[in-house]
Amino acid sequence: MSGPFLSSSGAPPPEPAIRIREFNLWYGTFQALFDINLEIKNGLITSLIGPSGCGKSTLLRSVDRINERLGYVRIRGSIEVFGQEIHAPQVEPAQLRKQVGMVFQRPNPLPISIRDNVLFGYRIHHEKGGRLARSEADGIVEEALRQVLLWDQVKDRLDHKATDGLSLEAMQKLCIARLLPVKPSILLMDEPCSALDPRGTAAVEELIWELRDRYSILIVTHNMAQARRASDECVFMLMGRVVEHAPTDQLFVTPAHRETADYIEGRFG
Amino acid sequence: MTDPRSDRRRPADARDRHWYIDKFFEILMFLCGISAILFVVGIFLFVFREGLGFILQDMNFSEFFFSPKWRPTSLVRPTYGILAMVAGTAAVTVLAMAICLPVSIGAAIYIAEFAKGRTRETLKILIEFLAAIPSVVWGFIALSIMNPLIIDLFDAPMGLGVLNSALILALMAAPIVTSLAEDAFKAVPDTYREAAEALGATRWQAIRQVVLPAARNGLLSAGLLGVGRAFGETMAILMSSGHSINIPTSIFDSFRALTATIAAELGETAVGSPHYRALFAIGIFLFLITFLINMAADFIVRGVRKG
Ligand SMILES: Nc1ncnc2c1ncn2[C@@H]1O[C@H](COP(=O)(O)OP(=O)(O)OP(=O)(O)O)[C@@H](O)[C@H]1O
Ligand SMILES: [Mg+2]
Repeated sequence: MSGPFLSSSGAPPPEPAIRIREFNLWYGTFQALFDINLEIKNGLITSLIGPSGCGKSTLLRSVDRINERLGYVRIRGSIEVFGQEIHAPQVEPAQLRKQVGMVFQRPNPLPISIRDNVLFGYRIHHEKGGRLARSEADGIVEEALRQVLLWDQVKDRLDHKATDGLSLEAMQKLCIARLLPVKPSILLMDEPCSALDPRGTAAVEELIWELRDRYSILIVTHNMAQARRASDECVFMLMGRVVEHAPTDQLFVTPAHRETADYIEGRFG
Repeated sequence: MTDPRSDRRRPADARDRHWYIDKFFEILMFLCGISAILFVVGIFLFVFREGLGFILQDMNFSEFFFSPKWRPTSLVRPTYGILAMVAGTAAVTVLAMAICLPVSIGAAIYIAEFAKGRTRETLKILIEFLAAIPSVVWGFIALSIMNPLIIDLFDAPMGLGVLNSALILALMAAPIVTSLAEDAFKAVPDTYREAAEALGATRWQAIRQVVLPAARNGLLSAGLLGVGRAFGETMAILMSSGHSINIPTSIFDSFRALTATIAAELGETAVGSPHYRALFAIGIFLFLITFLINMAADFIVRGVRKG
């Protein structure tokens, strides 16, 4: 099915950002993922598409092990992030999540100030010793907010609560901004635009596109046009399995599988 | 002009048997609903009528609030000072909350954030059980268990006093504070915890930095209702305090609570006498304080809803 995809450029294939092998996942007794094999390339945007309930979110949430919060999730198989098995006993979830950031479907800023939101992750990972100096913190906040094009809009109310008075679009940008000071190498995004209006979608999409050089991005989307516009490679999933993984152009123009063709032409899902 | 629909809209006479049954229950429920209000207003009026006479005729404000001398039965010159009792009640309430809040909030964090399934259900049942113990039984525990225990442990001359009452009150207020605090934690959306953990926070960091601040108002109002509970308690305090009138200076000192004074003395006074009416004035004072505490708690919770 999803055999290793060969790069068309002549360069030696770099180490994948995420390598998933024979991965299975159960919610209680319900199996949601079956024998997933997947390599997500470093430095690209990979989109994950498929009909509702096929396991896109589940797969994404397995990569930063946030699924484990539920307590009734069982897994079998392996996921490596830059060559490191994430389920190894010595790997702490906090350490993994420093390297792998996540953006959720509903913008979920924390009920603290905008400033503290941006600094939250940074403090968790860097403030082991003393407190962060004010000037250093200011610099970090400004840089992160500038990168997501939110600085001008919120610079006068950094001390306001982030859950009040921001548009969904601004909240989602803030949720991206708070990942940046942590300096992750991988960003996981679960339908980051689905709660936004078309204008907000365009703005956030553009932002994601801007970020592509510095991060490997794995993004779930329901929106075929978005996948097509905004990703380098594309993975199509169906009923808990990966059906096809190919460069986006190729997958949309000449899909290798019948199901992929049916899905992208809108015949189901 | 006849609208063809007007015919259909005119109802047949709807007053059949069901209509009457319906109306009957509606009125019954209405009466039940307002009876609660009537009782509250009735009690309010009664207490005020009895106490107001004292306030208007016999009361000396500065003596009432600033004198520690409560000598209502003195033949020479009766004095009605509640300062000692206010100090005792305040001291015991503060100490009780200092013991109760950390324990209850800790328990609530464990139940709401960590415990699962069986453990959680068992704990909740145990806490409800604690709430069901009658106050006289707590008084009995104070007298027969805590009293000798305090004497032994701290080498105190007497085991009845501020510490004993505070411990008993802390235990009595713990169930309500715990369950309200648990509600406050449950009201914090799980997406906050998820967001914090996805940023690399541990469970505990997420609780301390996100859940606790988000639940702050709920916790505050839980604490206030605990204060109200401790403040209004009577029987257990009467039995655990030593009931002697003095301003306590150490946690082993005996004291007398406002509520206990009313309970102990009201039966022995002549109806309508200044002593009798002074006790009602204390009642008004208690009433106002508890009313304020409950209002504050309510106000804070409303604040939560607004955002
Ligand atoms: N917490 C959970 N407990 C039990 N079953 C779950 C849970 N989350 C998801 N599932 C099930 O796992 C399957 C995959 O769900 P998942 O959310 O990964 O799908 P998805 O592809 O992201 O769908 P959508 O496009 O609607 O977001 C579904 O059948 C779903 O019902
Ligand atoms: Mg999903």
